[in-house]
Amino acid sequence: MPMPGTAKRHKQLEISRQIVLPWKKSAEMAYNSLRIRFFRSLITTFSLVLAIAFLSYTLTNTAIAGELYSLYGNLALPLLTLDGYVFDKAEAVIKAGPKDIWLIVLSLLVCTVGIVNAQLMSVTERFREIGIMKCLGALDRIIVRLFLIEALILGIMGAGCGGMLGMLAAWVGSIVHFDTLDCSKIHLLPLFTQVLLAWGIGIGLSVLGVLYPAILAAKLQPVIVMKEEY
Amino acid sequence: MEIHHIIRVVGVTKSFTLGKLPVQVLRGVDLSVATGEYLSIMGPSGSGKSTLFNIVGGLDKPTSGRVFIDEVDISQLDAYELAWLRNRKIGYIFQTFNLIPVMTALENVTLPMIFAGMNSDHAVAKGRGLLDQVGLGERFQHKPSELSGGQQQRVAIARALANDPAIILADEPTGNLDSSTGEEIIALLQKMSRERAVTIISATHDFKMLSVSDRVVWILDGRIDKIEAREELNISLGTIQERHAAPHP
Ligand SMILES: Nc1ncnc2c1ncn2[C@@H]1O[C@H](COP(=O)(O)OP(=O)(O)OP(=O)(O)O)[C@@H](O)[C@H]1O
Ligand SMILES: [Mg+2]
Repeated sequence: MPMPGTAKRHKQLEISRQIVLPWKKSAEMAYNSLRIRFFRSLITTFSLVLAIAFLSYTLTNTAIAGELYSLYGNLALPLLTLDGYVFDKAEAVIKAGPKDIWLIVLSLLVCTVGIVNAQLMSVTERFREIGIMKCLGALDRIIVRLFLIEALILGIMGAGCGGMLGMLAAWVGSIVHFDTLDCSKIHLLPLFTQVLLAWGIGIGLSVLGVLYPAILAAKLQPVIVMKEEY
Repeated sequence: MEIHHIIRVVGVTKSFTLGKLPVQVLRGVDLSVATGEYLSIMGPSGSGKSTLFNIVGGLDKPTSGRVFIDEVDISQLDAYELAWLRNRKIGYIFQTFNLIPVMTALENVTLPMIFAGMNSDHAVAKGRGLLDQVGLGERFQHKPSELSGGQQQRVAIARALANDPAIILADEPTGNLDSSTGEEIIALLQKMSRERAVTIISATHDFKMLSVSDRVVWILDGRIDKIEAREELNISLGTIQERHAAPHP
């Protein structure tokens, strides 16, 4: 019979030799996993691209309106208020109208739900793969980390594309819409600031949306690989 | 000389609850496995072989009883230690191969080594060596979907050996293979067990597996029915085959 202390001694021995996955290797695995499931990844990010495009469109439009006001002052104001922008007299700045803000909040909400849903699907599709990794010794946090890095990459790409698309649409739209004003004098820097903001929000949402699915994946028991159905 | 037992299973029971009804799948299993032994577990479908495997392999917990691996009670291990056990002490081989589909053969084999903290170059070199040994040296860059069942199982064997485990658990390793490919896999397992002195436990319906086994454990309805050493087996194999061949063609 083993002594009661035996297990404890082994414990200390084993703790010093932990399971690892270096960051570089994690990033490589996450990237490869996305690349190989390219179309699946596209679908996962689609709602993010759309929502961020819309966000960036609204934000840059507001920035353009602000620029137009600072360029043309009261000449532009009637046009802008007609479009639903709100003129803040105290600060003398143009702001997005309440309707636009509502739409943004709503679209981001829908987008987050979309991401969570798409990521849950993708976790379900990968039950077996996750179980195999756990059989090979992967820790819960390694699984979570892989999903987080994947979401980060998707967020950077998806929200980046969405942000640029939205700005482009806002820019072209404004040139057509405000044809009585010369839009070529508008400074681009405030516009790009808005794109950056939308980009950052998109990356944040992508990571936020994968948290729950990733934790669910990490909690899977390795026995899952023995089941036929996955 | 005292025999070193790498695995000791003591009074293990396991019940599942299906709906509200508890189903007792293992009804008290006691078993000791010597280091370097090649043990086969035989038994009809549903007798609890896979359930016993999962418990011995630290993939599942027994309802009662204990499993000692190298005299460490694995039910006492925390998540980190269990992961370490799965990574370093045990190699798993499954009926359905269970390779990671998005990874190449080499990546599949090196993954456990990466988890164990081996550096990438070293892991790749060792992985190539292992794939050579299982006869897949040329195909290291193929995805599982580009390999036949037998080849996938060879990759799985290489992966199971990645961290030089003390134990290999193989649950019906030939179950999804045709009979000649199955024989090749059995021969490979036997070769690995001899060359590396690794303990192999294999559940099987395959009578070809019995001739390479040191001992055969017959499981019936969640209990050990009998344990036969190879010598006894050779004598009775003919009659066994007749008796069991009908339900498992
Ligand atoms: N997770 C589970 N929940 C409920 N019952 C289970 C579960 N896993 C296994 N069982 C039951 O336990 C019994 C034994 O299953 P097990 O898979 O261990 O059999 P086996 O001997 O490996 O059979 P086979 O030769 O077909 O693989 C079966 O009746 C099965 O239905
Ligand atoms: Mg089974």
